[in-house]
Amino acid sequence: MEGNKSLEKSNILLRIGRFYIDGFRAMTLGKTLWVIILIKLFIMFFILRLFFFPNILQKNFDTDEERANAVIENLTNPQ
Amino acid sequence: MNDLFSLVDWSRAQFALTAIYHWLFVPLTLGLGIIVSIMETIYYRTGDERWKTITKYWMTLFGVNFAIGVATGIILEFQFGTNWSNYSWFVGDIFGAPLAIEGIMAFFMEATFIAVMFFGWNKVSKRFHLASTWLTAIGASISALWILVANSWMQYPVGMKFDPETARNVMDDFWALVLSPVAVNKFFHAVSAGWVLGGVFVVGISAWYLLKNRESFLAKYSIRVGAWVGLIGTIVVAYTGDGSAYQVAEKQPMKLAAMEGVYHGKKGQELIAFGILNPAKEFNNNEKEFIFDIPIPKLLSILATREVDGFVPGINDIIDGGYADKNLKGEEIIALSAQEKMERGRLAIAALADFNTARQNNDTTAMNEAKARLDANYEYFGYGYIDSVEQLIPHVPFVFYSFHIMIILGGYFILFFILILILSYKEKLSRLKWMLWIAVLTIPLGYVCLESGWIVAEMGRQPWVIQDIMPTFAAISKIEVASVQTTFWMFAALFTVLLIAEVGIMLKQIKKGSEQK
Repeated sequence: MEGNKSLEKSNILLRIGRFYIDGFRAMTLGKTLWVIILIKLFIMFFILRLFFFPNILQKNFDTDEERANAVIENLTNPQ
Repeated sequence: MNDLFSLVDWSRAQFALTAIYHWLFVPLTLGLGIIVSIMETIYYRTGDERWKTITKYWMTLFGVNFAIGVATGIILEFQFGTNWSNYSWFVGDIFGAPLAIEGIMAFFMEATFIAVMFFGWNKVSKRFHLASTWLTAIGASISALWILVANSWMQYPVGMKFDPETARNVMDDFWALVLSPVAVNKFFHAVSAGWVLGGVFVVGISAWYLLKNRESFLAKYSIRVGAWVGLIGTIVVAYTGDGSAYQVAEKQPMKLAAMEGVYHGKKGQELIAFGILNPAKEFNNNEKEFIFDIPIPKLLSILATREVDGFVPGINDIIDGGYADKNLKGEEIIALSAQEKMERGRLAIAALADFNTARQNNDTTAMNEAKARLDANYEYFGYGYIDSVEQLIPHVPFVFYSFHIMIILGGYFILFFILILILSYKEKLSRLKWMLWIAVLTIPLGYVCLESGWIVAEMGRQPWVIQDIMPTFAAISKIEVASVQTTFWMFAALFTVLLIAEVGIMLKQIKKGSEQK
């Protein structure tokens, strides 16, 4: 009985997997769009995020307490 | 000081650039999502294969727009951590919760059902496919909900308490945040604006097909669906816009004064239907406000106060104070002058500094005393950073003209959709080439209208990044101006390439028409 259930479950997962694989294979315009999406995500996460957009507080301070103190310092000593 | 303002200006320009580009893609996704869902519903109910063709055609354009636009908003989040670190720390808990919900719930909802929507034709039942299409459209709107909740909190900060130990605002009432009248109005206003753009887009492209004598069935019936969605969207936009204006009058009176170019308020304030501002007018001189204007008597009072003779304060009144007003808790007060608010703000900042010193000295009594002073003045915290009252006035011409462009185009869209529907049902539209050309040329006007709306919302609230609590220049990170300038131009290039890709792919698909299926 339990064997049947796990077989059913794996069948469902296989069907879902097949659904996506067939869908991606049959794409025409979609392939171009996916290329654009992947290039965009690469530029955003691996170039912009890593090299140009550090989280300043995360980068400059080790603990939340230090971060809080830095912000309090900025807020209470406006220039 | 010059460096600081240059840094602020560049950081603001970068954020504005990103938000404006992002807002080119989002509303079309919202509008086309609903239109495609309605078209598929007609197919489901009639079984007419031509409606399946129509649905699949517009679904392709929806897919192009979705793919190009997806994740462009994430760049805004990058900027929070780099350019706006004081701000992102200060609001972290409040802003983080809606954005996290957006990421987890709505994004995955969209991502799951959009696959069924595109891959599931003939593989899942018609009913399940239809449900997936609707859920994709609803998921996109739910995504927008959480972003708009976060934005609304910046315009009307509620549901939080400031913790002076961590320098963070901590959410203490999630529902006050989500159901704030500003958030509710903003959500329906923005989503229905997307329906308007979707309507304008579908009608315009269909009109182009009629001009080219192509796709006559697709064009004729798409026009009807698009125009109905657009018309209903425009009516909802007008209704929620009225609600938004009322909220702005209560919570951001300076923004309303700038939207209408009002310097000296009065009872029974007129609304300027059309006006040309006098460039020589400043808040502290006696020049006339307008070179030319067409006022509608008492209408601004009715819209802003729901009373014919309600008092609407102008820029000078808000600077001078002394008129009957309500605070953010809705209590009746006499409005403080800008100078008084600035003094209260300085007291709040000094109290935060004293609290921090007392905490470092483990002096509980002094901490409690400083906390009491901070709490008593916290609602004016941001005014402590203001050096002169001029800083409290947004750029009036920018806000005024953006607002009036939005309103005039909104009125035009109502007439446009009504006329399109009448001509379509009377079977005259395809013969009226001038009207078809107007429909095509209306597409860019849809974008102009929606961008104008955001400019009003965001430029109008300056100098505040969080209304009354934090001005833009206190929110900024101390980083090199050159690095912000560099990334500004990188974004400009990246987004322009994406926009060219979108327009190029869209035009290719439009030229192909539905035969590609």
